[in-house]
Amino acid sequence: MSEILLQIDGKEVKASEGMTIYEAAKSAGIFIPTLCHHEKLTPYGACRVCTVELETAGRTRLVAACVYPVERNMVVRTRSVKVGKTRKVILEELLAHAPDSEDLRRLAREYGADADRFEKEPAFCILCGLCVRYCAEIKQKYAVGFSDRGPRREIIFIPEVASKACWDCKECFELCPTSYAQAAYVLTEALAFPDRASASAPEE
Amino acid sequence: MENDQIDKIIEKHQSDASSLIQILLEIQRENRWLPKDAIERVGERLEVPLSRIQHIVTFYKAFNLLPKGRHEIHICTGTACHVRGAPRLLDSVQDLTGIKPGETDMDMKFSLETVGCVGCCALGPVMVIDGKYHGKMGPSKSEDVLKNYE
Amino acid sequence: MPRIKSPAELEEFRKGILSKRDPQKPCIAVCTGTGCIALGAAEVVAALREEIKKQGLGAEVDVKVDIRETGCPGFCEQGPVIVIYPEEICYLQVKPDDAKEIIAETILAKKVIDRLLYVDPVSKEKSIRESDVPFYKNQTRLLIGNNIKLDPKSIEDYLAVGGYTALVKALAGMKPEQVLDVVKDSNIRGRGGAGFPAGKKWEFARNSPGDTKYVVVNADEGDPGAFMDRALLEGNPHAVLEGLLIGAYAIGAHEGFLYVRQEYPLAVDNVTIAIRAAEDLGLLGKNILGSGFDFSVKVHRGAGAFVCGEETALLRSLEGKPGEPVARPPYPAVKGLWNKPTNINNVETWANIPLIINKGSKFFTSIGTEKSKGTKIFSLVGKVKNTGLVEVPMGITLRDIIYKVGGGIPGEKKFKAVQTGGPSGGCIPEEYLDMSVDFDELAKVGAIMGSGGMIVMDEDTCMVDVARYFLNFLSDESCGKCTPCREGIRQMLKILTNISQGKGKEGDVELLETLAETTRDASLCALGGSAPNPVLSTIRYFKDEYDAHIKDKKCPAFVCKELISFYIDPDKCSACMICLRKCPVDAIIGGKKQIHVIDQEKCTNCGTCFEVCPSRFGAVRRLSGEPVPAPIPEEARNLAGESK
Repeated sequence: MSEILLQIDGKEVKASEGMTIYEAAKSAGIFIPTLCHHEKLTPYGACRVCTVELETAGRTRLVAACVYPVERNMVVRTRSVKVGKTRKVILEELLAHAPDSEDLRRLAREYGADADRFEKEPAFCILCGLCVRYCAEIKQKYAVGFSDRGPRREIIFIPEVASKACWDCKECFELCPTSYAQAAYVLTEALAFPDRASASAPEE
Repeated sequence: MENDQIDKIIEKHQSDASSLIQILLEIQRENRWLPKDAIERVGERLEVPLSRIQHIVTFYKAFNLLPKGRHEIHICTGTACHVRGAPRLLDSVQDLTGIKPGETDMDMKFSLETVGCVGCCALGPVMVIDGKYHGKMGPSKSEDVLKNYE
Repeated sequence: MPRIKSPAELEEFRKGILSKRDPQKPCIAVCTGTGCIALGAAEVVAALREEIKKQGLGAEVDVKVDIRETGCPGFCEQGPVIVIYPEEICYLQVKPDDAKEIIAETILAKKVIDRLLYVDPVSKEKSIRESDVPFYKNQTRLLIGNNIKLDPKSIEDYLAVGGYTALVKALAGMKPEQVLDVVKDSNIRGRGGAGFPAGKKWEFARNSPGDTKYVVVNADEGDPGAFMDRALLEGNPHAVLEGLLIGAYAIGAHEGFLYVRQEYPLAVDNVTIAIRAAEDLGLLGKNILGSGFDFSVKVHRGAGAFVCGEETALLRSLEGKPGEPVARPPYPAVKGLWNKPTNINNVETWANIPLIINKGSKFFTSIGTEKSKGTKIFSLVGKVKNTGLVEVPMGITLRDIIYKVGGGIPGEKKFKAVQTGGPSGGCIPEEYLDMSVDFDELAKVGAIMGSGGMIVMDEDTCMVDVARYFLNFLSDESCGKCTPCREGIRQMLKILTNISQGKGKEGDVELLETLAETTRDASLCALGGSAPNPVLSTIRYFKDEYDAHIKDKKCPAFVCKELISFYIDPDKCSACMICLRKCPVDAIIGGKKQIHVIDQEKCTNCGTCFEVCPSRFGAVRRLSGEPVPAPIPEEARNLAGESK
């Protein structure tokens, strides 16, 4: 792996080929906030909270640090005015759905995001996809998946799979930034396989 | 739909998971909608998790997860039709049939859908019923057209 | 059909086809593209065949006249369109009842039927030949002009007009690098939207390491109001295949895919037939024309998702997954379909390739502007007289497209804007009508070339409603993966809906601009990146309409239902009962010789009364931003005794 030199927030950073901006920044002790990122999972680039400003060949634009690969002579700014403004709007958009999420509220305080800027539509899920991807990539159980698209996108547990695969796992609950994964599971359980709900573990 | 019919379609595509969407489209062409059993069968045979098929059949607009009425009405809501009055046409067809896009009436007579563009922009606003195009539709003309369907 | 093994054999085969064809033999070409079919072209064909038999021209062995069912020549407004060869007589709006006369008069007696010709609405001049019709005359129809000359289901027809000569030229006479150089020199930019130079894209894919590479035709033409790619695939599928073959040769790919949206069943059929025919002839498969080059193509039907026009989403869909875009880099040229180097171009780009190879890059660069070369097909629709497909050189002005080719705005209405580039394009106002149309000029005024949709809007179009319409479309079509696109569009749509319902408030426009900026700059793919264009361009050029909706609760174009009312002018109403009978909610009070009055409580603003009121009365008025006058007293409504 060849070594790549780039600049992040004015600091010379050494990275190796194939690393993302997020990883390079982390190795240099520069913190970039994330919601949908998890080091064990394939980078996803969905929440866009890790948006940073990237300058290459005199052109400046915003990219998601968690998926953008490092290149030679990149200039990255993780804390510019533009970055701050963008993260603020994204957080405000997400807070309309999950106003009580501790992760979101902490970031909101940092970026001055107004939780009441947009009308509340509590869906409680911010569609970071951690549960879906963890269940598929790490556990390979595929008990929870996405459904529909656009503003109607949601996560759903597949009852036939969840009734068998989830009772002794539930590891996605911990990952969820809003605790919606747990709520969705409990609801599925109550509606689709209530018998399982009463017994904490199957008698075998 | 019978399993062997489904299997035949799957075999035509060499049980290849990358043909999943093509297989589902073909099942739907035969059956007009995708029953849960068929979806489960496809998942089993192609070894694709149900959660992924669930995402696919809800992600792509072409798939119907509910039975369809005897006549399928498609109202074009493409831009050319829109500026020529498609919203008013849609309103009146909704009033006449009592159903909204995506719905089927209680008598299973009509199903109503909107479509992005059927490419007959010269005829806008366009209403397609069972594949037949009705052009230059207005609220009162649509009533005359719908009367002809039983 | 014989399997052809060398360029010489193909030329022999072509000669054979041509020798059997008598250019003087009458041939009736009937457009059977989707538009003309909708207007009854299939019935016209049936009637013509019937008449040929009846009038003794259809003996089993020696048919004296051919009928050719062709693809779309573009003039959808005047369909069904037929052209009679060899004289090239063009008849428009042909009905099955005209068949008898066409066979008797034009085919047998060699006389032109006046009433079926194009008549210029201003000069009243008639055009006999297709190329004299102003709609066609002002175009440069390098690609779409072939449609009327061939039956898309016949590979012989394609060969007869010189088809696959570019393939022969490339395979037999050029190294892949040379083909690549010609395409690079031609400077052709991708016709799918972004306008990235196709040659450069090919080069990336060619230079990417790996033995397995793919080429893909993006025929997921999702822009509402755009149908040029459909017309090319339906009308001349072999041209697209030939371009793809040449590209595959230059890039080093041996497998190709055609991704066609399933809403285009005829295009799927025709291209599938074309692939079969090319396979049978040996133009697809192993060792094509003895060159040692192998190539095969598969058709994949899209299942209804606009976002699959985005190349990374399209590739996921080809793999049998939901069409969710993934971050670039890595670009598909490096890591595409099944992680192999992949080159994707749009239908129109591929269709240009045979032309470039045959005529050379110099010919191609002689057309167009400095940075946008060649022609572009636009789908000219909306409030324009000549709806249809229009192929013009890059650099032509908007005014020439809309007025010279399009014939201007119908019904003596005033032009308001032209929207280019599909749902993520922009609305261009009158002051820019004289700008030249190319990739860069359109971007300068806040619009985009997109794939070539061009929607003309007149004074009856509300620009707030247009922005709301596009955002509604995009909200439906966003994949929902990334926050700025999913949530940004959701919030913008909410604000626009409020404004159009009279619930807009001060600060809404500024908030729209903030949201638009975040969505544009931070979204994962081009759908989100360009989604704010309709909002930003309408705010930029039609701020007064936003203000009218927000401050005065008025829709100046009388479109936004919640902001308008209908009113019957008692001085004009003749109590004809038409609106009263047609009103779907019985909101019209009146009777015979009783002036009609709308019960505003019951009225749903559907506009039926306005639509049906005879123009000689013109009694129904639309109001917005002003109170509805009180109904006239009942005793004054009696029209008895008056003569009207």
